[in-house]
Amino acid sequence: MILWELFYQFFKIGLFSFGGGYAVIPLIREQIVFANGWLSSLEFTDMITISQMTPGPIAVNTSTFTGFRIASIPGSMAATMGCIIPGFIIAVLLYLFFSKHKDNKIVFRILESLKSISVALIASAAGTILLGSILGTETLDFSSMKIEFISLAIFVISFILLRLKKSPMLVICISGGLGILAYGIFGLPA
Amino acid sequence: MLLSMIKKSFVEKKKYFTENELSEIAAIAQSSPGAIAINMTALAGYRVMGIAGAIVSAVSAVIPPLIIIAVVSVFYDYIRDNQIVAAALKGMEAGVAAVIVDVVINMYRTVLQRKDAFLSMIVPIAFVLNFVLGINVMFVIPGCIAASLIVMLISKRAGGRGQ
Repeated sequence: MILWELFYQFFKIGLFSFGGGYAVIPLIREQIVFANGWLSSLEFTDMITISQMTPGPIAVNTSTFTGFRIASIPGSMAATMGCIIPGFIIAVLLYLFFSKHKDNKIVFRILESLKSISVALIASAAGTILLGSILGTETLDFSSMKIEFISLAIFVISFILLRLKKSPMLVICISGGLGILAYGIFGLPA
Repeated sequence: MLLSMIKKSFVEKKKYFTENELSEIAAIAQSSPGAIAINMTALAGYRVMGIAGAIVSAVSAVIPPLIIIAVVSVFYDYIRDNQIVAAALKGMEAGVAAVIVDVVINMYRTVLQRKDAFLSMIVPIAFVLNFVLGINVMFVIPGCIAASLIVMLISKRAGGRGQ
């Protein structure tokens, strides 16, 4: 049944996304875009863009969006519940556990490792979005690459603004404006 | 953002718990998988009223984004076909890529600050495994954790013998 399937897939995503915020992106890309084909790569990137512009955690926003696309309101609820329940249970258990064992070396080491791994996985998701945005491809297939100079320019400008400590929200708005301007003049790529 | 809001209403106004307890809650919420904000509200609720408090807090925290995104989802198909919206989204795609690259740089910097060689090395290794070699996340995560624990135990044993 599709609702159960949504709940189960997002339960896995919720269970394995350590590091918060962007940590759900790689798993959603793998499970929802590649394994199940519930979202296209374009929809996936749109969804992350929309999540950036609306309040609430990315995990909740993305699961709601995907669930809604697949099975309307019940779908969005099943996906969102699936996504938050593992974190909820583990957070409460950890809270109880840590109140008792403040410094268990192995538990601490696992948590530290998870933080490092999540950085790598987020980098991996950034790689996918970069490939799609600037090279018009989804895989590391060099024959089908074609540099889109407008996207590259917007990426560089956005990155510089971010390094100058401009807020991500503002930078994304600016990149949208630049997109309208540049693609309005030169036309959208096919 | 959320932390300062919880601090204001739970610690300063209602005095449900102390600031020290709040930082403990924040650390555990960050160490748990999923949305940190939801975990944090759940723990704040748990601290005040046990499991019932945790459920009420988490559900209330989910409702606003759920409604907003549901509304956005309804209109997504209509607005996606609009040329101006498509151009804006195409531009934002590059902007979002820049935001995530920036996040990665900042996160990696905090990893490097731990000054633990293996925890620093795991980042490029896991990246190559997942992105370049295309190995599934469900294998990368447990594999790297196992390697990390082995490294810790070996270095501990070596260190123990030296003393």
